[in-house]
Amino acid sequence: MSAPTYDLGKLHGGLRLQAHKQMSTAEPIRQVPVPEQLILPLAQHAGDPAQPVVRIGEHVLKGQLIAECEGSLCAPVHASSSGTIVAIEPWPVSTRHGDSAPCIVINCDGKDTAIGADENCAAYDNLVPEDLLGNILLGGIAGLGGAVFPTAQKLMQATTCDIEYLILNGVECEPYISCDDALMREYGREVIGGAQILMHALHVGVCYIAVESDKPVAIQHLGEVLAEIDDERIAIKMVPTIYPSGGEDQLVQLVTNREVPSGGLPSDVGCLVQNVGTAAAIYNWIIKHQPLISRVTTITGDGVATPMNVEARLGTTVGDIVRFAGGYTENAEQLIIGGPMTGKSVTSDRVPLVKGTNCILVLSQTPSVRPEMPCIRCGDCAAVCPVQLLPQQLFWNTCANDEKKMRSYGLIDCIECGCCDLVCPSHIPLTASFRTAKARIREQADEKARAERARHRFEARNDRLERDQQLREEELARQKETARQAAPDAIAEILKRKQDAADED
Amino acid sequence: MEFVRREAPYLAPKADVASMMLQVLVALIPAALAHVWYFGPGFLLNLIIASIFCVGSEALMMRMRGRDPSIALADYSALVTAALLAFALPSLTPWWITATGALFAVIVAKHLYGGIGFNIFNPAMAGYVVILVAFPMEMNLWVAPRMGDIDYVNLTVLQTVVYTLSGTLPDALGFDAISRATPLDAMQSGLRTMRTYAEIRTNPMMGDFGGRGWEWIGNFFAIGGTWLLVKKIIRWQIPAGVLAGLLVPAGLMFIFDASTNASPGFHLFSGATILCAFFIATDPVSAATSPKGRFVYGVGIGFLIYAIRKWGSFADGVAFAVLLMNMATPAIDYITRPPIVGHKRGGRD
Repeated sequence: MSAPTYDLGKLHGGLRLQAHKQMSTAEPIRQVPVPEQLILPLAQHAGDPAQPVVRIGEHVLKGQLIAECEGSLCAPVHASSSGTIVAIEPWPVSTRHGDSAPCIVINCDGKDTAIGADENCAAYDNLVPEDLLGNILLGGIAGLGGAVFPTAQKLMQATTCDIEYLILNGVECEPYISCDDALMREYGREVIGGAQILMHALHVGVCYIAVESDKPVAIQHLGEVLAEIDDERIAIKMVPTIYPSGGEDQLVQLVTNREVPSGGLPSDVGCLVQNVGTAAAIYNWIIKHQPLISRVTTITGDGVATPMNVEARLGTTVGDIVRFAGGYTENAEQLIIGGPMTGKSVTSDRVPLVKGTNCILVLSQTPSVRPEMPCIRCGDCAAVCPVQLLPQQLFWNTCANDEKKMRSYGLIDCIECGCCDLVCPSHIPLTASFRTAKARIREQADEKARAERARHRFEARNDRLERDQQLREEELARQKETARQAAPDAIAEILKRKQDAADED
Repeated sequence: MEFVRREAPYLAPKADVASMMLQVLVALIPAALAHVWYFGPGFLLNLIIASIFCVGSEALMMRMRGRDPSIALADYSALVTAALLAFALPSLTPWWITATGALFAVIVAKHLYGGIGFNIFNPAMAGYVVILVAFPMEMNLWVAPRMGDIDYVNLTVLQTVVYTLSGTLPDALGFDAISRATPLDAMQSGLRTMRTYAEIRTNPMMGDFGGRGWEWIGNFFAIGGTWLLVKKIIRWQIPAGVLAGLLVPAGLMFIFDASTNASPGFHLFSGATILCAFFIATDPVSAATSPKGRFVYGVGIGFLIYAIRKWGSFADGVAFAVLLMNMATPAIDYITRPPIVGHKRGGRD
């Protein structure tokens, strides 16, 4: 077995946060039973929503394709259990596409009948990488770390670059979340198998599995599996337990000491980062032909009776999962999909578990919102910023809505990790203001692009009309001329008749 | 079930302004006790008067600006201003002078610029400079430190109170009888009258490095400042910059000519050097904010202190040095912006 090694690079800033992970890792992963109803959003990934290929009333089987890719950035959706499609309608969701999005609703029949695997891809070694990537596209796999970028497209982009390192992200640095830890403890074979498939698909010679130093059990288990498989191309890297060391660019920096250029991708510095859960999903699809229809997620926080890690079918509502975990405690107040630093706060537990849901966090007592005070320029925000921004000065620029300054102070480089908020003695909601400013800039850019397109259309139309007019006039003149030359007598005759008619009147 | 909706992050913040300011006040306690020990109870009177006027004018200004005074009073920043001002004053100072400084600090230097967070100048230093220029005689009336073998006049508590409230000394005493040139004064005028450093050091007011008494108070400031460093209330860049900016030129000049220049040790342990390095220059609002910028800011202050002491007409230059560098802060911040990750090195290393 290859011994875990420490990091090479250094991360600027970051925070050591209280982990709160023990409460959910005490027990092994538990399976949530098939619920009565499954809610499957068409857009569980970043990019274009998938298009339904089923009709209301149709009976579907577990693993059956129910929405296919449309657009260049997309991932298909499969039924997570067998049942009848009862609706395709908007439903509350926790994805980034707003509060409600079109979902396929399945009333489960409880039999959980699986669709027969029509092909066996176990011998992936024989596939050329292109076919393998095309195959991965069909599995509906998207980044399970939370960003849910469609995996196939990410891999296709990577094939255009010279990739030296495959980095599996098992860092999971946000407090409370422990689903990747649990996955690595129990599904080490799948994780490492997934890494081998990825290495084959991309011709990568080195794979690092990066795990945070506070997950010794996972590191040990992965090490055992690795010793068994004896693949010396794969090594485990232990990274320090500092938030946000699991951010994609931050992890690249820690593991390879390379900085991902601003606005670029890890592939620009020869790295491809995949979440460990994504690797396991790829293994399950390619080897076992199970599309992405379930995931491991953490249900935790002091608002839940029994915090634990569960494997649940995609589309199971959060309410169903909480009930499985013993329900809410008396004073559950806040429901967060994701972690306490970057998760999304939702008002209703009707939202379904989706591909990106790595944590369901229920907090009992929300810390009282303390009044925002003026910034005293203490600079603690800059000290903890992992991308070395000056959040305090950036904040002034966002208040002034000065886009040029915001860009020059790195608004676009902000990874929205929330570190600056936590250390701010004046309790200024810095991250929220940066998020809003980014959205505003995006909107303005969209608006500008739309206006530009409209202007182009308008100008093109004017040009066309002008051209048509000109052509018509030319044509008319030409006809007149031809007529005059061809038949001068006939014209004279017509004019004469007209004259006579006028005289008679 | 309806849940509360918030914006990420959801964890409770780790710090707040009030506790930072309180810790600064606590860190000043050892030096305050030392100050009272060496220079008498006048310091406490000054502190009380400065506090009353700082806090009172803070409340008044908040009210006039249409805001809730309790918000400003709860952050203790007015008390920090009062404490720093009190440390700058001679222990015998008539109350109206202290009040003038306090009112100018809070009303003009702080609230007319927009209150905490918006003041360009360090309020305590702005207030101090106003009274230093307006009341030069009173501001130079420093009594000798209470050391066994120095001829010092020990005013009773009552006499101190009477002087502070009325500005009159007991009948038998004149200003000349109780005041002593401070070590910095003695050094500056001595060197300018062609006496050598070694000769001036024979004055009984001089201690191991700086002035007797003064150097001990300096030690207590250093202890408080170190505690603030450990608690991460202040960062090392400004204190290090101030000390480097002062001691490096002082050291070079002392090596160059040890008879016409004071030693770096003398500069370090005289006047308000250590108070400035740890407590005054580190006021975050009026200082530079980037780590590199803070060091540059500190070096600027240190060097200006040296320049004023060496070539200027004031014995100590802390307040002027701080105010001058306050003006340079926006430029320093702009020039010393740290490189954003992903911008400095484009591709592979």
